[in-house]
Amino acid sequence: MTTETLPEKQATESSAIGDSVRGYFDRVRGGDLGALPAVLGLIVLCAVFAVLRPVFLSSGNFANLFTQGAGVAIIAMGLIFVLLLGEIDLSAGYASGVCAAVLAVLLTNRGWPWYAAVLAAMLTGVIIGLVLGWLVAKAGIPSFVVTLAAFLGFQGLLLLLVKGGTNISIQDPTILAISNNNVTPILGWTFVAVCVLGYAGVQFFQMTRRRARGITTAAPAVIVLRVVALAVVLGVAMYFLNLERSRNAAIVSLRGMPIVVIVLVVALVLWTFVLTRTAYGRHLYAVGGNAEASRRAGINVDRIRVSAFVICSFMASIGGIIAASRANSVDPNTGGSNVLLYAVGAAVIGGTSLFGGKGRALDAILGGAVVAVIDNGMALMGYSSGVKYVVTGLVLLLAAGVDAVSRRRTAASGRR
Amino acid sequence: MSQAPVLELRGINKSFGPVQVLHDVTFSVYPGEVTALVGDNGAGKSTLVKCIGGIHPYDSGEYLFQGEPVHVSGPRDAAALGVEIVYQDLALCDNLDIVQNMFLGRERKRGLVLDEDTMEEMAAKTLAGLSVRTVKSLRQHVSSLSGGQRQTVAIAKAVLWNSKIVILDEPTAALGVAQTAQVLELVRRLADNGLAVVLISHNMNDVFAVSDRIAALYLGQMAAQVKTSEVTHSQVVELITAGRSGELGLKNGTVA
Repeated sequence: MTTETLPEKQATESSAIGDSVRGYFDRVRGGDLGALPAVLGLIVLCAVFAVLRPVFLSSGNFANLFTQGAGVAIIAMGLIFVLLLGEIDLSAGYASGVCAAVLAVLLTNRGWPWYAAVLAAMLTGVIIGLVLGWLVAKAGIPSFVVTLAAFLGFQGLLLLLVKGGTNISIQDPTILAISNNNVTPILGWTFVAVCVLGYAGVQFFQMTRRRARGITTAAPAVIVLRVVALAVVLGVAMYFLNLERSRNAAIVSLRGMPIVVIVLVVALVLWTFVLTRTAYGRHLYAVGGNAEASRRAGINVDRIRVSAFVICSFMASIGGIIAASRANSVDPNTGGSNVLLYAVGAAVIGGTSLFGGKGRALDAILGGAVVAVIDNGMALMGYSSGVKYVVTGLVLLLAAGVDAVSRRRTAASGRR
Repeated sequence: MSQAPVLELRGINKSFGPVQVLHDVTFSVYPGEVTALVGDNGAGKSTLVKCIGGIHPYDSGEYLFQGEPVHVSGPRDAAALGVEIVYQDLALCDNLDIVQNMFLGRERKRGLVLDEDTMEEMAAKTLAGLSVRTVKSLRQHVSSLSGGQRQTVAIAKAVLWNSKIVILDEPTAALGVAQTAQVLELVRRLADNGLAVVLISHNMNDVFAVSDRIAALYLGQMAAQVKTSEVTHSQVVELITAGRSGELGLKNGTVA
């Protein structure tokens, strides 16, 4: 057997990539699955639906996935903060409904300008979070009970706000634009460029700084690969979103990235920054991992608890605004039925643990994509809501099962 | 070893309701020395340590730090003085890595953002200063560490803050033979670096292996505080179980 000797530089580069790949496989084998189940699930689901219903792959349907999944993904992103502490918020769905109703009542019935109504809806979310958080952290009622009570209470509040079941329509063009309008292709490409360059800049800046101080860092080859992967994913997505998807382009042209995607990306970047780069985020993980140790380290555990519920309900209010925009109206069912379970499912499928201490903002996007694909694909297949609920329930159960098994496995292999 | 004590307690009393746990306890801790705090279960070791650490307020008595009377009314006050306690359960977060644990609650920041580089450097320097070479990476999660390594991280966390006194609550209780030796070596090194170390232990072998002084508590009273070189194993056991040993210790159950 003959082996060719590689040039030295190339050899070290490829071994750096090999090292990080090997490290990844070690982690997965140790039970730290990360984004793997969500990504694999997405690929399998997309393949199945694409074969059974070719229309699934059309650019029109691709854009639909974003507008259908955005609300749930945003609520899931807020839920992750509560899940990180090992708590649960069952009321997030109806909290989003209440906030949407506040928005609709102020916009349509009271004639407030859109920004004032949006602020009021967000403020409603913050207040809901403060109350829930106070009840859990200070009064010491288990979050399951507090939010189950709130689930029922908010359902009633929503009915009262919309006067017992009338449908409040929304005409404000700015609010409607969030879920229904698209940015121009040029702006879309600019957005992709900003995202990719920003990511590359942060990664390289970090690497050179760590190199200068002699601390171990990811190999440049690995960073280049990550940046290229991001550029390819965003580029392909943007290409499809920029295709003409109107049935009759001569009358009205329909192309470009839905505006709601910007909301998703901004939320993702903001909360990822908060969770990974700030002391507050560090303390959230610490409280989720070992509350007693955090207390002894001087962290105000109660304040962290309250703040997590505030962020959760605040994100629910954003989710409510997106839902109102998509439906062009608010009714007693906004934020109801499957919204909460879809959001919890999205977080867990994405890789957030129900046991606390583990989760990322990105989980909400990945898991939200899986949920959106299931919902959308099954509707295309012509299944009834009943079948959809059963399947989504099973997927949630499967994700929670994967979470529990991987947790046992990480405990056995000493990872987490 | 004729230095002044860095910490001196005089006539400390502490009651929990009707139960008096500490009677006129006098206790001195010297820099560069390991002071072993021994005593039977319920003798008041943990209470004394918690009084030092500011977790329990003491009812009466004097608390002198570097010769100055100070008032410690909470864990923050104790930490500000440079008193760090490593509890038996270590108080580490399994889901965070070594650096994150060492800086928990006291993160270095650049503006709003965590200064990970400085924290990692400082953690590496501290561990190197303690000659710890058993951890593979500072970015390992604590859950992947062995018991001895966790103890090491907990101790390094206590040392990181230019602390003057480190109190270790039974650091070797849950460890195997090799790991116990490692941790004891680390305890010795802390003292050799000039820190005052208080070691709570039930294990006489550990106590005689590393300590310079032994303080024995008996039913809430300080039976004796002696140099390790001047006493034997059996004398210390007598002090622990009976409160006295020949000339040493309490006379007829009252303070000598």
